[in-house]
Amino acid sequence: MIWRKLVNWIMFALTGLCALATVSVLFFILGYLLWYGSRSLSWSFLTHLPTPAGEAGGGMANAILGTGKLLLLTTLMGVPAGFLAGVYLSEFGRGSFPAVVRYTADLLNGVPSIVIGIFAYAIVVKPMRHFSALAGAVALSIMVIPITMRTTEQFLRAVPQTLREGALALGASQWKTVASVVIPAGFRGVLTGTILGVARVAGETAPLLFTSFSNQYWSSGWNQPTASLPVMIFNYAISPYDDWHRQAWAAGLVLLALMLTANVAARLVLSPKVNQNA
Amino acid sequence: MRLALCLFALLVPLSAQTLVNGAGATFPYPIYSKWFDEYHKLHPDAQINYQSIGSGGGIRQLQAGTVDFGATDQPMNEEQLGKSSIKPLHFPTVMGAVVATYNLPGVEAELNFTPEALAGIFLGKIKKWNDPLLVKANPGVPLPANDILVVHRSDGSGTTYIWTDYLSKTSPEWKTQVGSGTSVNWPTGLGAKGNEGVAGMVKQSQYSLGYVELIYAIQNKMAYGRVRNAAGQFIQPDLASVTAAAAGAAADMPADFRVSITNAPGKGAYPISSFTWLLIPSQIMDATKKLILTDFLRWMLGPGQKMAEPLSYAPLPKSVVAAELKAVAAIQ
Amino acid sequence: MTIDPVRGASRPRSFLGRLLAGDQVARAITATFAGGILLLTGLLVFELFQSSALTRDKFGWAFLFTRIWDPVAGQFGALPFLYGTLATSALALAMAVPLGLGAAIFLAELAPPRISDALTFVIELLAAVPSVIYGLLGVFVLVPIMRALGAPYGVGVLTAAVVLAVMILPFIVSISREALLSVPREQREAALALGATRWESTWQVVVPFARLGIVGSVFLALARALGETMAVTMVIGNDPRIHASILAPGYSIAAVIANEFTEATSDLHLSGLIELGLVLFFLTVLLNGVARLLILSTTRRGTQHP
Repeated sequence: MIWRKLVNWIMFALTGLCALATVSVLFFILGYLLWYGSRSLSWSFLTHLPTPAGEAGGGMANAILGTGKLLLLTTLMGVPAGFLAGVYLSEFGRGSFPAVVRYTADLLNGVPSIVIGIFAYAIVVKPMRHFSALAGAVALSIMVIPITMRTTEQFLRAVPQTLREGALALGASQWKTVASVVIPAGFRGVLTGTILGVARVAGETAPLLFTSFSNQYWSSGWNQPTASLPVMIFNYAISPYDDWHRQAWAAGLVLLALMLTANVAARLVLSPKVNQNA
Repeated sequence: MRLALCLFALLVPLSAQTLVNGAGATFPYPIYSKWFDEYHKLHPDAQINYQSIGSGGGIRQLQAGTVDFGATDQPMNEEQLGKSSIKPLHFPTVMGAVVATYNLPGVEAELNFTPEALAGIFLGKIKKWNDPLLVKANPGVPLPANDILVVHRSDGSGTTYIWTDYLSKTSPEWKTQVGSGTSVNWPTGLGAKGNEGVAGMVKQSQYSLGYVELIYAIQNKMAYGRVRNAAGQFIQPDLASVTAAAAGAAADMPADFRVSITNAPGKGAYPISSFTWLLIPSQIMDATKKLILTDFLRWMLGPGQKMAEPLSYAPLPKSVVAAELKAVAAIQ
Repeated sequence: MTIDPVRGASRPRSFLGRLLAGDQVARAITATFAGGILLLTGLLVFELFQSSALTRDKFGWAFLFTRIWDPVAGQFGALPFLYGTLATSALALAMAVPLGLGAAIFLAELAPPRISDALTFVIELLAAVPSVIYGLLGVFVLVPIMRALGAPYGVGVLTAAVVLAVMILPFIVSISREALLSVPREQREAALALGATRWESTWQVVVPFARLGIVGSVFLALARALGETMAVTMVIGNDPRIHASILAPGYSIAAVIANEFTEATSDLHLSGLIELGLVLFFLTVLLNGVARLLILSTTRRGTQHP
C-alpha cells in the first residue's frame, strides 16, 4: 500500500515537473528575446532603412511598416470573406453543403504555409509579373479565411436562439435578424477570434518569401514588393554579420510583442463577456 | 474615421519615385548593395531594390518576368537564353574571387590547398584535416585529426558554379561524378543559404570548410587559404591575383561578355576567379526604368568601379569597360 | 439595435416576398463566400497538380522512393525529404508527447481549476510564437548547445526535432487536457471507490477513456510538425541525403521548397518542388482528417452519460 502511495506521489510530481518545464520554455523564450532584443532595440532600428551589407547603423523601419501594410490588406480581403462564410454556416446553412464547406475549410487551414506561398505565386505573382504586397496579402488572406470562418460560426452559434426567435416574432426578416440582432450579440467573440487569426498570420514567413519578396526601401502602395519583419529576421539571422544578428533579435522582439499583445488582449477581452450571455 | 483614413493612406501608391526590382547573385551583394545605395543618394527618384537570392533565382525570376533585371555569376547558357521571352544582355560588373574559408581553431597560418585536395574534400574522400594531401601542401602546420565539416550552398548559386567549374577543370573525377552548375548533387556536406549563410555557418562551426566570395571572409575576419593555380604557384586571393586571372580573357572578350576565367593561365593568377554579370533585358518597355537602368550602368562603369577595391572586388579591365559602354547604347 | 417591424404582422411566404425582404440576397451573398472556400481549395489542388505534371509524368510513383535529388542531371526523388520530414517529426513527437501528456495530466487532474486555466493560457501562448522566432532561437541558442553536447555540425535532424518538439508541445497539452477534462466524473469516482490511488485512477481509467482524444492531439501535432518551414530550414542543415545518424544534417520537404523555389531554373526542377508540395499537402490532409475524427469521437463519448 505504501508503495502505491509512493508511486502516486512520484508520478504526480513528475507530471508537475512536465507542466513546469513546459511553462518555463515560454518564459525562457520571452526572457531571451527581451534580453537580446531590448539591447538591440534602438531609435535607429525603428526609424532607419537597411544599410548596405556589412555597414552598421541600419534599421527595419520599412519592414515594420511593411508588416503593418500586409496585415491591413489581409484584414481587408480575408476577414470579410471568412466572416460572411461563417455567417452563412451559422445562420443560413442547410443540408450537407455546410458540412462540406466546414470540412474544406479545415483542410485549407491545415495546408502548410509554404504550399500556400506556391499557390499565391502561381495565381498572383506570375500573372502580374512582379512581386507585390498584394500577393503577400493574398497568401495571408487564404490562411486567415478558414480561421475567421470558424470563429464567426462558433460565436454566432453561441448566441441564444431566443434572441433570434424574439426578433422574428416581432416581424423582422431573417437577414434583418441576423444583421441587427445576432451579429451584434456575437460581435465581441468574433472580433477577438479575428484578432487572434490575423495575429497568427502576422508571424508567417514562408508564404511571403515568394510573394511580397523584400525591399530595401519604403514600399509604396500595395503593388510593390515590401520588406516584412519575418522575412528580415530570416535573412539576417542566417547571415554572418553581427550587426544584422542584433537587428534580427530586435525584430524578433517587436514581432513577439505584437503577437503576445494581440493574444493576451483578445483573450482578456473575451473571457468576462462570454459569461454575460445567459 | 480619421484612423481609417490614415490607414488607407498607407495603401495609396506614392508615385514620385520609381522602383526598379532586381534579384540574383549573393556573390556581388556587398558591392551591389553599396552601389544601389550610393546611386539612390545621387538620384533620389530612383530606387533600385536588389534582393540576393542566388544566381539561379536571378535567372529564373528574370525569365518569369517578375523582376526588371537579374544578376548572376554563371553566364546563362543557350537553353536558358532560348527560354527567355526578351533576350537578356550580360554586363560584367566586377571580378571577384571564391575562396576556401575555414574555421580551424589553433591554426594561425594560412593554409595551402591543391586542386586535388579541394576535390577530395568536397567529394567526401578526404575526411580529416590531417590527411596526407593537406599535410604535404602545408609543411610544418599542426593540422588536427578532426573531421572536416564541409559547407556548401543550399540554393541555386553562381558561386557554386564558379567553384564547381574550377573543380571540373582540375579534377576529372569531380567532372564525371558531380559536374558543374548552380545546383549540384553534393556528395557530402551541409547546405547554407546564400554566401551569407555559408559564411555564417563556417564562422560558427569549428573545423568547417566552405567556399565564399572573398569579401564575406574578409568582412567577417575569417581565415581563407591559398590555392595552387595552373602555373603551379600557391596564390593568395586578392585584387592583384584576380586581375591577373582576367588579363587573358580581357584581351579575348566575346561580344556577349560570357566567359569563364577559372583556372586561368598566368603566374600570378588566382585560379578561382570570376566575372559577375548583371542581366539586363535587351528591350525595356518602361521608359523611366530604362533610363534608370542605362544611366546606372554607365555610372557603374565609371565612378562605380572605384568603389570595388575597398570591398576587395577587382575593377573591370579598361577594354571591357569600353566595350560595355558601347553595349549599353544597344539597349532598346 | 432596434428592430423595424415589417409592414404587416406576418412574414412574407412567397419567393418574391422573401426576395424583397432581402433574405434571398443575404443568403446568396453569404453562400457565395462559403462556396468560394470550396473554389479556392479546389483551385489550390488543381494548381498543384497542374504544375507538377512534368515530374509526375516522368517519374510516376518512383518519385516517392528515389533517393537522388540532382538538378544538374535532372533526377528528382522525394525520399530524402520524406525521411527528413518524417524523422524530425517522429523524433519531435517522441520528445513532446511524454512531456505534453504529463503536463496535461497535471493540469487536468491535479491542479486547482484556476491555476490550471492560467497555466494552460500561458502554454497556449507558446503556439502564438511565430516559426521564424523559434528558428532564431534555434540558430543562436540551441545549435551552440548541440555543438557543445557533441554534435559536430550543431545543425541536423535532432536539432530540428528539438525545435519542432517545443513548437508542437502546446497542441498536445491543450487538446489532451480537454480530452481528459471531458471524461465523466463518475469514471474517476468509481475507480477511487474501488480503492485506487488518484494516480491509478488517472492512469488506468481516465487516460484510457480519453485516449482517442489524446491520440487525436498527437496526430494534429504531427500534421503541424510536418508543415513547419522556417524553424526547420534554419537548423536542419539542408543536406538532401539520408544519414544513419540523427546528429547529421538532413532536409525536409518544406525546407527544400523554401530554399529552391525562387531559383529552380529548369521546368523539371520546379515541377519536382511542386510535386513535393503536393505530397506534403496530402500527408497533412490525411493526418488532420484522422485527428479530427479522433478528437471529435472522444468529446462526444465524454459527454454521453450511461
